[in-house]
Amino acid sequence: MNDLSASSRITYGAVPLQPGLARRVRGLSDKALAWLFITPTIVLLLAINIFPLVWTIYLSFTNYRANRSNAPVKWLGIDWYQTILTDPDIWAAMQVTAHFVFWTVVIETVLGFGLAFLIDKKFRGHGMWTTIILLPMMLSPAVVGNFWTFLYQPQIGLFNYMVAFLTGRSASSFQMLGDVTLSPWAIVIVDAWMWTPYVMLICLAGLRSIPDYIYEAAEVDRASKWRQFWSITLPMALPFIMLAVLFRGIENFKMFDMVNLLTGGGPGSTTEVASITLKRAAFESWRTGYSSAFAIILFVTVFGLANIYVKALNRVKSR
Amino acid sequence: MKALFAAGGALAAALCIGAATTPAQAQGKTITLCWAAWDPANALVELSKDFTAKTGIGMKFEFVPWTNYADRFLNELNSRGSLCDLIIGDSQWIGGAAENGQYVKLNDFFKKEGISMDDYMPATVVGYSQWPKNTPNYWALPAMGDAVGWTYRRDWFARPDVQKDFKAKYGRDLAVPKTLDELRDIAQFFQGREIDGKKVYGASIYTERGSEGITMGVSNYLYDYGFKYQDPNKPYAMDGFVNSAGAVKGLEAYKELYKCCTPPGASNSYMSEGLDAFKSGQVALQMNFFAFFPGLYKDPNVGGDKIGFFSNPAATTQATQLGGQGISVVSYSKNQGEALQYIKWFAGGDVQKKWWALGGYSCAKSVLNDPGFPDSAPFAKEFLKSMGMVVDFWAEPSYAQLLQAEQKRVHDYVVADKGTAQEALDGLVKDWKAIFKEEGKKF
Repeated sequence: MNDLSASSRITYGAVPLQPGLARRVRGLSDKALAWLFITPTIVLLLAINIFPLVWTIYLSFTNYRANRSNAPVKWLGIDWYQTILTDPDIWAAMQVTAHFVFWTVVIETVLGFGLAFLIDKKFRGHGMWTTIILLPMMLSPAVVGNFWTFLYQPQIGLFNYMVAFLTGRSASSFQMLGDVTLSPWAIVIVDAWMWTPYVMLICLAGLRSIPDYIYEAAEVDRASKWRQFWSITLPMALPFIMLAVLFRGIENFKMFDMVNLLTGGGPGSTTEVASITLKRAAFESWRTGYSSAFAIILFVTVFGLANIYVKALNRVKSR
Repeated sequence: MKALFAAGGALAAALCIGAATTPAQAQGKTITLCWAAWDPANALVELSKDFTAKTGIGMKFEFVPWTNYADRFLNELNSRGSLCDLIIGDSQWIGGAAENGQYVKLNDFFKKEGISMDDYMPATVVGYSQWPKNTPNYWALPAMGDAVGWTYRRDWFARPDVQKDFKAKYGRDLAVPKTLDELRDIAQFFQGREIDGKKVYGASIYTERGSEGITMGVSNYLYDYGFKYQDPNKPYAMDGFVNSAGAVKGLEAYKELYKCCTPPGASNSYMSEGLDAFKSGQVALQMNFFAFFPGLYKDPNVGGDKIGFFSNPAATTQATQLGGQGISVVSYSKNQGEALQYIKWFAGGDVQKKWWALGGYSCAKSVLNDPGFPDSAPFAKEFLKSMGMVVDFWAEPSYAQLLQAEQKRVHDYVVADKGTAQEALDGLVKDWKAIFKEEGKKF
């Protein structure tokens, strides 16, 4: 009998609140309700973002090593920061990173904007071409890394074959990944191949946001196409282009997977970007304190540069 | 009717499998063994079936590709994970694992079970079991003996036209090289040669930058020319040993071999790239660990009569790089008793013989000193010779930092053409001193 009465209370769809709870929720102020919703997010952020950051800052002042958790932890003050900032190898890695970020961002922005400009015009097969262009960025970096390792293979690689075909050189006479001069460019090419479509998408959004009537007005004023581009298209798309530059700049400053797969930082240390150095210190040498200090230095660098950049972006947007 | 038979067969098979696994299930214990994913690991799976049949303890295996092996398992050990009850860890890990309390010390267990380290090849005991080195403190049982050796295309060497050309050029018969100079000559001879209408190359050697590849390769040259990690009479004194005149010559010779005689695009090659180059018929010679040789011998394209094996040739002296691993009980394991039972079983004479027969490299003297051992496999004699002259990299707790320093210095010189061999080795001494200083070592 009891069982039957229990089943008769079953409701479908939304579960009604218990009368007491309902009353309590209904009695909440807007502010309290906002806190109720926001608290889980704050707790999660504190747990997975803020706490690790604070903990990393603390570790960066110690000699702690994750593989020697039994050893006493010694407070070193700013020793690691001094060591890192005066280490020529670290500066070399930063230089490699800067080179990589600069060239990838420049190439991706120019090509991405160019492609967006072309794709923005309606033409036959426009949808198909857009899909094809977008394909590389949908692949995983691990797949792209392996894929390009084969393409760059001097004996059977398609890339070498194409360059050989175009230049008349022997395909096996140059090594994209094994040559000190070519290997940084090999990585730049792969990154540009993979992420230019991403820049294109952002730029395309920018181009599509420009109202047609502005162009119509320009046409009425007999402005040339070049003048329209220079005075309307570019300034109005500029915030979007700058946004793309910001995203790609931050991403490429942290670049790890592609470099690791393609060259492992070699030949020698030619392609050893900061993230590879950091990974080696943190997870191969287990110098946790040292690598925490290095991570903080990288974080401050990106954060500082990004902030300056965002201010410039806001100025452009407010024009 | 056919379906009925099939169903009946499946039921019978299921019952058989059930019967076979009953002891393990009855005892309800399963232990996990962690190792790299490669041919010997498959042999170990096969071998371990006997352990389960004998003890009723089930076996699970966690095999990780070599490229992730160190990252994965050192992470596991450092985070005090209990995934692995047993681990076949790299020889360099033993210092760190012992000092950080990650491995169970096995001295008492060995004593209780009558397992004597005198029953194993001395080099493997020092390399895989002891920390500190050359002291009777054991943290592992030698499990997989290994060293760097060479393979060559016996069929190419045997061709009369090739023989004739070689003799005309070098004034001697084309044969297995006895010295590193002879090896270079052979590699140079084959570089760019056409064999059966296909362009072939000299040698595949280790040049990998990311993990340990080029260090494992160049060591075979450095040791042969007199490189020593430290003064034998004054630990951690490296000046004049790491950067001795001989060591400089060794490094130059390795670079010469890399420049003259490797296939295009071999600037980041390690074990698997070497295997690919040899199996695809690209190279006449290949540097690689003995562990791969059983698999290569079975290869339908380049194995059998087409392949030959030899140990690292000599220069001013003769030595080779130690590979291989010992098997240890993880101190965070909840099944230490069962894991120790496995080690006891694995140390058994018959098991060691079967281990060798299945493709694993036993380190037990009972196997290696058997009169029939050198003829038991085409590579057995050379393996035995190599294990008698192995040298290992530092096994210090800071080995990873020491390794990274060598990777960078050597790759910079050999592959990236940066500086001279003397500068590279002087730089290496400087790096290693800084690392040891940070570790609080006095020298």
